[in-house]
Amino acid sequence: MSWNRKHLLDIESLTVDEITTVLDTAKAFKVVGERAIKKVPALRGKTVVNLFIEPSTRTRISFELAEQRLSADIINFTAEASSLKKGETLKDTARNLEALNADFIVMRHSASGAAHFLSRVLNAHVVNAGDGAHEHPTQALLDAFTIRERKGKIAGLNVTILGDILYSRVARSDIWALTKLGAQVTLCGPSTLVPKTFEQMGCRVTHDMEEAIREADIINLLRIQHERQRKTMFPSINEYSQLFGLNKARLAKTKPDALIMHPGPVNRGVEIDSEIADSGRSLILEQVTNGLAVRMAVLYLVNGGKGPQEIAVT
Amino acid sequence: MPEATVILDAVATQRALTRIAHEIAERNEVGAEVVLIGIPAGGDHLAHRLSKILSGIWSQPVPVGILDVSMHRDDLDQRAAPKVFPTVIPFDVTGKTVVLVDDVLFSGRTTRAAMDALNDFGRPKKIQLAVLVDRGHRELPIKADFVGKNVPTSLEEKISLFLVEAGAPRDEVILKKQ
Repeated sequence: MSWNRKHLLDIESLTVDEITTVLDTAKAFKVVGERAIKKVPALRGKTVVNLFIEPSTRTRISFELAEQRLSADIINFTAEASSLKKGETLKDTARNLEALNADFIVMRHSASGAAHFLSRVLNAHVVNAGDGAHEHPTQALLDAFTIRERKGKIAGLNVTILGDILYSRVARSDIWALTKLGAQVTLCGPSTLVPKTFEQMGCRVTHDMEEAIREADIINLLRIQHERQRKTMFPSINEYSQLFGLNKARLAKTKPDALIMHPGPVNRGVEIDSEIADSGRSLILEQVTNGLAVRMAVLYLVNGGKGPQEIAVT
Repeated sequence: MPEATVILDAVATQRALTRIAHEIAERNEVGAEVVLIGIPAGGDHLAHRLSKILSGIWSQPVPVGILDVSMHRDDLDQRAAPKVFPTVIPFDVTGKTVVLVDDVLFSGRTTRAAMDALNDFGRPKKIQLAVLVDRGHRELPIKADFVGKNVPTSLEEKISLFLVEAGAPRDEVILKKQ
């Protein structure tokens, strides 16, 4: 058990021990969600601001429910309805929220490093709910939790991440978390979206879909992020689906116990066939359930975070 | 070097538990719906031991649950978050006599958190408290019903419980000056 951090900003700076602490803590919180009374008073009297400067539905709802189950008071804040539209800087917005005695700020922002920035200018606990194409730490933690729960371990597993890696903060956080925990990570997708430079993060890069999934224990499909593609990175959605979509024929060539993950929202018929998404090999809805437990664990742990804080240089 | 004293050795620990079990049996009628709920780490193992002795006295199984109280503590923002253990209560506590089992009774805050946490699982008819060691220094109006040993201590001292179930070579309760 080791957790002395006041914030959760990224996975890159976490130790294996810290990641394991989150996963073990989440296990206990998952059981709380199965009780008749699903609420515990761990954050009673604390105020959490959900500062979602970039649109999000599932992550925001998951955080919000996690906060409610920890008995925190919640303020939701979206870019559309804020003074950011009127030209206020992020720092000023955040400091105003802190002036209202916010104890936690959970932030989603389109700029990489936004959460690190806030953690330097505020006293509140900062939890990164996704910053640009940089990191989405709670998603990686819930993915690791789900894999560990279903496979009993992470070390030694082959995990293939497919799709839009270049623009994906989920991919980056997953790569950090899974390689730290001892998995062999393979990345696959169009060469424009999966450049060889990712090999520097300790994973394998291939552009051959069937080779990438043949030995995989876990196939993690990522959504094609239309909103982050400034120019067309592949000829057409149809072509992407032909080359990299997970269909029945391709699934038949994988290991029989290979499991399918997807952070959502799913583009049915693009990265995954509808039928596979709904099959017993899909962990998509388990990921949602586990996300809640992991976010409760993260908020619980950072609340108690004491000691010197390291700011990761990224 | 901090000074360490053994306040309960293996024999004395087992004797204290046997006495507590008999006191529980004396206080609660045969057939009364008594369940034991241990508070980790420490109290869970003690609850299992007490259950074994009590089951022998009553000739009927005495159910054991484990209750993690860390999410109910009142000092969560004052130190690093305590490790959470899974709560396992494989029975309904409503209408039962719940004996909470803890290793050391000190400020009473763990017991308060435990009673609060227990509320989430139902409404027991009675709650009683069994501890292996009562070291004093209460900060809340809480008193144990069953005590293995009363040990007057100073605030600078620390009591550690070692049990074979937790991997110790032998059962031992040690008092250390810090």
